[in-house]
Amino acid sequence: MAIRVFLVLVLFLSSAIVSFSLYEDQAGLADWHQRYIGKVKHAVFHTQKTGRKRVIVSTEENVVASLDLRHGEIFWRHVLGTKDAIDGVGIALGKYVITLSSEGSTLRAWNLPDGQMVWETALHSAHHSKSLLSVPINLKVDKDYPITVFGGGYLHAVSALDGEVLWEKDFTAEGFEVQRVLQPLGSTVIYVLGFVNLSEAVVYQIDSKIGEVVAQKSMVFPGGFSGEISSVSSDKVVVLDSKKSILVTIGFIDGDISFQKTPVSDLVENSGNAEILSPLLSNMLAVKVNKRTIFVKVGGEGKLEVVDSLSDETAMSDSLPVADDQEAFASVHHEGSKIHLMVKLVNELDNVLLRETIQMDQHRGRVHKVFMNNYVRTDRSNGFRALIVMEDHSLLLLQQGAIVWSREEGLASVTDVTTAELPVEKDGVSVAKVEHTLFEWLKGHVLKLKGSLLLASPEDVVAIQELRVKSSGKNKLTRDHNGFRKLILALTRAGKLFALHTGDGRIVWSMLLKSQACERPNGISLYQWQVPHHHAMDKNPSVLVVGRCGSDSSAPGVLSFVDVYTGKEITSSDIGHSVVQVLPLPFTDSTEQRLHLIADTVGHVHLYPKTSEALSIFQREFQNIYWYTVGADDGIIRGHVMKSSCSGETADEYCFTTRELWTVVFPSESEKIISTLTRKPNEVVHTQAKVNTDQDLLYKYVSRNLLFVATVSPKGAGEIGSVTPEESSLVVYLIDTITGRILHRLSHQGCQGPVHAVFSENWVVYHYFNLRAHKYEVTVVEIYDQSRAENKNVWKLILGKHNLTAPITSYSRPEVFTKSQSYFFAQSVKTIAVTSTAKGITSKQLLIGTIGDQILALDKRFVDPRRTLNPSQAEKEEGIIPLTDSLPIIPQSYVTHSHRVEGLKGIVTAPSKLESTTHVFAYGVDLFYTRLAPSKTYDSLTDDFSYALLLITIVALVAAIYITWALSEKKELSEKWR
Amino acid sequence: MAPILRSTSLLALFVCHISLFFFFASNLPISSGSEDSYTITGRVRIPASTVIGHAAKFSNIKVILNGGQNVTFLRPDGYFTFHKVPAGTHLIEVYAMGYFFSPVRVDVSARHNGKVQATLTETRRSLTELVLEPLRAEQYYEMREPFNVMAIAKSPMGLMVGFMVVVVFLMPKLMENIDPEEMKSAQEQMRSQGVPSLSSLLPASR
Repeated sequence: MAIRVFLVLVLFLSSAIVSFSLYEDQAGLADWHQRYIGKVKHAVFHTQKTGRKRVIVSTEENVVASLDLRHGEIFWRHVLGTKDAIDGVGIALGKYVITLSSEGSTLRAWNLPDGQMVWETALHSAHHSKSLLSVPINLKVDKDYPITVFGGGYLHAVSALDGEVLWEKDFTAEGFEVQRVLQPLGSTVIYVLGFVNLSEAVVYQIDSKIGEVVAQKSMVFPGGFSGEISSVSSDKVVVLDSKKSILVTIGFIDGDISFQKTPVSDLVENSGNAEILSPLLSNMLAVKVNKRTIFVKVGGEGKLEVVDSLSDETAMSDSLPVADDQEAFASVHHEGSKIHLMVKLVNELDNVLLRETIQMDQHRGRVHKVFMNNYVRTDRSNGFRALIVMEDHSLLLLQQGAIVWSREEGLASVTDVTTAELPVEKDGVSVAKVEHTLFEWLKGHVLKLKGSLLLASPEDVVAIQELRVKSSGKNKLTRDHNGFRKLILALTRAGKLFALHTGDGRIVWSMLLKSQACERPNGISLYQWQVPHHHAMDKNPSVLVVGRCGSDSSAPGVLSFVDVYTGKEITSSDIGHSVVQVLPLPFTDSTEQRLHLIADTVGHVHLYPKTSEALSIFQREFQNIYWYTVGADDGIIRGHVMKSSCSGETADEYCFTTRELWTVVFPSESEKIISTLTRKPNEVVHTQAKVNTDQDLLYKYVSRNLLFVATVSPKGAGEIGSVTPEESSLVVYLIDTITGRILHRLSHQGCQGPVHAVFSENWVVYHYFNLRAHKYEVTVVEIYDQSRAENKNVWKLILGKHNLTAPITSYSRPEVFTKSQSYFFAQSVKTIAVTSTAKGITSKQLLIGTIGDQILALDKRFVDPRRTLNPSQAEKEEGIIPLTDSLPIIPQSYVTHSHRVEGLKGIVTAPSKLESTTHVFAYGVDLFYTRLAPSKTYDSLTDDFSYALLLITIVALVAAIYITWALSEKKELSEKWR
Repeated sequence: MAPILRSTSLLALFVCHISLFFFFASNLPISSGSEDSYTITGRVRIPASTVIGHAAKFSNIKVILNGGQNVTFLRPDGYFTFHKVPAGTHLIEVYAMGYFFSPVRVDVSARHNGKVQATLTETRRSLTELVLEPLRAEQYYEMREPFNVMAIAKSPMGLMVGFMVVVVFLMPKLMENIDPEEMKSAQEQMRSQGVPSLSSLLPASR
């Protein structure tokens, strides 16, 4: 009965169609948005002119951006498509940023001040090849030198003004691979150097005006080349031979090719394999050999000579012309917690122009890349600034011995996210006093009242905003009563763990994953390792970070246990086996550490933590542990069960063998798995029952072991437009992962992927493309338990003749039935998530990440299979919305309001302590956080609740009571006198 | 029509075509063909707006082919081009902050040398030209209601105050109208019954 009353109450509360909506002055109160660009690949400085100094960067996230060199802020930025990787960037004519992308087949020019695209040219490309962009550095702005682009086997000359292709030259001949395109400054001849089958060097001379081949020379090199090449001057390159032991200088002065061989062993004793490093230095090259970096000077006749040698961990920039025809380059190396930046002249390595030592955070790792820029100081001497990219992908500008600014670009490639609580506020922790005096408090509220009545002046509005941020105390580092303050733990691809505060998004702590086994482990996933409550309250919570040494799935894994409060690593271990799947088990030991199983590529599983207590807990539940693997390539889903300890093979008692329990095989000629999904394991379901309008009960089939699988016909696995409706069909399954039983199968003819789905409680909502209507569609499937449907009679419940308390087993065949309905949806989708609240009572909203990188909140009631065209009065009262063929897109329900989460990859929701409210965190290139109340904040007063108005009303009422009392006394007295 | 059109000449052709605009009925082959890949060229038009930052909005518009297969940007004149598109039925979406565009179904015909037919999927309107205009402008924020006496009066506190006013000023008037004798009898009746308890008012709990 209580539940019934409660349900009615909830339904009443949610009966009005509430959409998430925000007033403009509320933006930024509960939400924050951070803009990133990703790990920088190329950087070009633009500092010649007076005015704004900027640096143009392109990144591994396919972003081209213009950054303010003074503060590191983004002037403008464009995120290109996922397949549009940037190969080169340059500045032409002093006003256009040129980017070459898609393996040298797309050339774009962007306006330097505002980032507007000026022109775009598609270039011919025949096959995959290196892509090279060279933008002439011309000092005269008015003269239009062509941009030369090599990519896809063609050399193009493109006008920088309008992107017109002036000429193109075909180099797609059999076996010919272009390595370098060089144009001596001021010359009209372009040299194209390439190898045929890595054994013959060919040099073409091309007239840069018309694109005709002037001369062609070739020469066979008997040893063969390795393909690593470094150009040292405009008529010489140095290349390694196929054994990587001989450096070959190829000179092609006036088209005559000459080889000069220098064995590496002549330069360095006991040399192993050499490796040419990428920095371009004039008349010099950097070679990595014997774990040291040596500088080899290239003499006039191709003679090589070692001039300097540095430790291995040195990063270098390209050389840069400084005054008096000299070139300088920067190098950065580590020493303890410091880095040393040195700028030297290429010709005189002893002449150090600049030597700076900078304290560097250990958790940034090593320096990966250095980009140098010079400027002329007021005293006419050269000053240098260096842009450095660190191992954790962060970007820093060094100038005058200090870090001028830094950007945490690692956060542009988040791979996994979890949330954690903040420490409880203790007596010792001083809390900043928020309200000072009653007068100020009242003043603040009067201001707020003015704001809500639209009487506030612009200054007042600013004051109100400040006041709101301050009074909410949202940035404190302690737990709050409502659970609004939390830590978001984000693991990045670079293997760095960040803790972000939900209040303002600042980084509370960060930690770089380390490993003994390899230099740079990648971050894969995050798990809640220890969430102390009750008896282990004094312990700090901790998370498990799973990393991997290398990108291959068979690479050995790295585990790290991190204290959430302090950000310190408790322990870390190189586990020696690979990590394919991590299964958090529903058991914890006496210190609240959660048991985890890690499956490797060999078919074994490993138990963590490696303690005897964990082992005994695990042994007890040995028979009840099941898991499944999805083989997307062969179209087989397998269910596994524990078999025995693998003590026969290894002495490791925490290692277990498994056996296959069931398989679901999809016919490979007609079905290909494109998406699988399960419920979130920690999701809370408030009630199993669902009340119909006719007082009927439906029981939700709530099982943790349901797997949603979507398959398409192999032809339809490609892009939209590659298949006709007759050739493609989409089939979805609901599979029980304990028994492998298919509980439901639904087929959509003429549809194709990509499928984006969300699974919660007893329903799945998925988004796919309908080829017949040529529109996106969203389908909801709800699954109900038939076997409990008999339990609706009150008498049965009273007399105990119900099966509600009967044990449920996953082995028995469940009697289920499903309801489903489909709707059109007007946008492509990148990801879908659902809100989650503490008790699961609040109605749910779907959070749809659209292709426009916005997040739309859609009430679950819009995707309810009970919607009909003409709902009855009772259904209307219950809140059933009349059926429409497409789902509404209400602009006010974009939770990201006026922001875009560029490159959106995922949305994570986490409950707060207040039942009505949920945390939403979206990540991609940008980060976005907000707090949502899907049914409005029915359990607390909103921020803009006007206490002042309440107070004024009360005061007015009290005053009125006194006045009327006095008046009535008076009247009574006068009546008595009468 | 010339089977091979350079992008610039195509553009020029388009500009003169645009000047005649919609009612020029013929479909231009928007293609430049090597064997089986074509080029789709179109234009995005946003109604001129006096809002500051209109130009900035314009530079952030993305045009997306087939749900992210290709992403391109607008030139200053609003034109966009997708290169190397195979024949078939494609979907083009335009994303601009502050505007809602209908996705466009684009049929690139292999038989007619890359002739393009476009249909708005939301309104099922077919386009004679690939000129995309927003269906509607989007406002991401709720508008604050301007100061309104009625809104205050309708709020719970306003109702409270209103009720109090009614009680204070109208009740005495009502009392005056009641016959004093009737009043007396009613008061006596009440006294004899005692104060009615809350429980007696709730029939359900009996």
